[in-house]
Amino acid sequence: MSNSLSTQHIISMEDLSAEDIALVLDTAESFKEVNERRIKKLPTLRGRTIINLFLEPSTRTRTSFEIAAKRLSADAVNMTGSASATVKGESLRDTAQTLSAMACDLIVVRHKYAGAPEVLAECMDTHVINGGDGMHEHPTQALLDLFTMKQSLGHLEGLTVGIVGDICHSRVAGSLVPALRKVGARPIIIAPPTLLPARPDVLGAEVSTSLDDVLPELDVAYMLRVQMERAEGMPFPSVREYARLFGMNSARLAAMKPSALIMHPGPMNRGVEISSAVADSDRAIVLDQVNAGVAVRMAAMYLLLGGESGGAAA
Amino acid sequence: MALLLKGGRIVDPQTGLDAVLDMVIRDGCIVEIGEDLEIPKGTVIECGEKIVVPGLVDIHTHLREPGREDKETIQSGARAAAHGGYTAVCAMPNTDPISETGSHIRFIVERAAERAIVRVHPIGACTTGQSGSALAEIGDMVLAGAVAISDDGRGVQSAGMMRLVMDYAKQFGITVISHCEDESLVSKGVVNEGVVSTRLGLAGWPSAAEEIAVARDIALAELTGCRLHLAHLSTAGSVELVRAAKARGTAITAEVTPHHLFLDEDAITRTYDTNLKMNPPLRTAADRDALVAGLMDGTIDCIATDHAPHAPHDKALEFELAPFGTTGLETALSLVITHLIEPGHLDWSALVCTMAVAPREAIGLAPVRFEAGAVADITIIDPEARVEVTREFFESKSSNSAFLGGKLLGKATDVLVEGQFALRNGKVVDR
Repeated sequence: MSNSLSTQHIISMEDLSAEDIALVLDTAESFKEVNERRIKKLPTLRGRTIINLFLEPSTRTRTSFEIAAKRLSADAVNMTGSASATVKGESLRDTAQTLSAMACDLIVVRHKYAGAPEVLAECMDTHVINGGDGMHEHPTQALLDLFTMKQSLGHLEGLTVGIVGDICHSRVAGSLVPALRKVGARPIIIAPPTLLPARPDVLGAEVSTSLDDVLPELDVAYMLRVQMERAEGMPFPSVREYARLFGMNSARLAAMKPSALIMHPGPMNRGVEISSAVADSDRAIVLDQVNAGVAVRMAAMYLLLGGESGGAAA
Repeated sequence: MALLLKGGRIVDPQTGLDAVLDMVIRDGCIVEIGEDLEIPKGTVIECGEKIVVPGLVDIHTHLREPGREDKETIQSGARAAAHGGYTAVCAMPNTDPISETGSHIRFIVERAAERAIVRVHPIGACTTGQSGSALAEIGDMVLAGAVAISDDGRGVQSAGMMRLVMDYAKQFGITVISHCEDESLVSKGVVNEGVVSTRLGLAGWPSAAEEIAVARDIALAELTGCRLHLAHLSTAGSVELVRAAKARGTAITAEVTPHHLFLDEDAITRTYDTNLKMNPPLRTAADRDALVAGLMDGTIDCIATDHAPHAPHDKALEFELAPFGTTGLETALSLVITHLIEPGHLDWSALVCTMAVAPREAIGLAPVRFEAGAVADITIIDPEARVEVTREFFESKSSNSAFLGGKLLGKATDVLVEGQFALRNGKVVDR
């Protein structure tokens, strides 16, 4: 296996081959071990500058990237703001060129609108990691989810993963479905028709509108946060009805394989897509996902920056 | 001054002409068309292998003046029109302020008379502020020179309001141009709802949102008897609705843009090129095929550009924030030659029908016929000219073209408006 990625940026799962994914997961495994030490810091990226440009509210993802950068000894700078600044003030392109002029090495971008990381990659001479763009993709989330599944279940190939909920507004699903396909797993997207994308077939996932029908097949039930604030009008009659039809609860958990696990990208709406009993059970590996997030993001940063040969010295 | 167009292929299906002939023009009018003509004094233009056709007219142009003169002005838009082979354009009313009274229309007429090198016909709004809530002063606008009315850019949302518009417009004999979009279905949609909306994580603009409005307005045309013209059809379903309406004798006309004829949603990729963001959006390859078929069988009457200039800093925004639209005046003719004439889908007579004759008929402009006494609005086309669509190519103030980078065949070399050159040997002629 090669020890460098085939891509300069991690913007879409399209950027990563199956070999790239395997490399990220293997690298993350060694960083996970570092994260369990008392001294959790490596000198690997000393002197490199990483900017976390978060133009949409986010706490956990930004913190995860910041910790990852600091554990690798990179100088991490957080920039937060509102994407609406691009409407009334400086454009994203100008922001990108400004940051580029400060000679940073890697930029992590979270943005309210799809395609923003592509803009940065186009007008900056730095590596770009997409920390979530609009309703498009969130590739490091998919990578940390794969890592968690592999750690918990021992393998990825052949797993059946049900992704449940607001598929059409979800960048998590936008990356997780192709990621699962690349590692030989079987994604099924499960949602009411009002929360499905126009053409789920192009994502390469099977589709079901009945969680109960597919529950016994699943190795993982991946519960998406219902993003009411994104939807145009309510796509279901009530939270009560949604929870009844698509929520994970103890009865549904009991209908699953004994080995099946529950995942959630957070933050959870307890009582909506997941009951408290399930969220707090040992079958839910939500905190393992959070833990994996730091290791996987360290791997992504290391492989994009550390893997460089020659030239780009700080 | 007399002008002799010597030896061009003169094509006008209105008068049954398609032959290598000479044409004499004097005092802004065609004096004679025939073989081996001569003039005692004046200018002789050797037309060689060129095609001489009645002046092209674009009935769907956004000139941006007043309000966004940084994007386009009546003057710059007219120069772009001449560069593209047009002798006339119709200016849509969604400027700032919106053209909704006679004085707004008079401004455009007067400004065009001062500065435009081609004819500029203003179109007025249907409703005040294009709000869809109250009739604009349609009669006042017609008296001031408006040739049609339209709430282009968003459409009249309420069927009841559209009925009122059409009923009221009828007394003036003018055409209502419908922008077919049901906003309750489109919402924040920015691309065709389907493969690309799913793949790129963008809100979808479904075909049904256009087709519902097309069906509604056809029914209202039948109810009211008002002349209806459907702007920028983009879907196979719309073509089918128009075909069926024409088959039962409903008097409607329809247009299609070059970008909907020659591009589809597959052009929109991970680069999120905002020059490919238009309203209605680029559709599927199957829709595109249906539009071409509809144009070939006459279901769709005319080609119109929906020329929509935008400033670079506006188009440089994120895809979801950038404004809709592509420029079109300067590429339309070359695109039609490249993609329809050259492969044999249309002949030159059909081009004249779709770009000169039918557009005038659709909104009741006086015809331009190649016969003695007719006004000399003439476009001369070099079918072998090579065009590279670069930013520098454009005379428009804006270069947000969906076809940037394209290599096209055929171009207007000369444009005469009432016998005066607006384009000569490929160069815009300012007055």
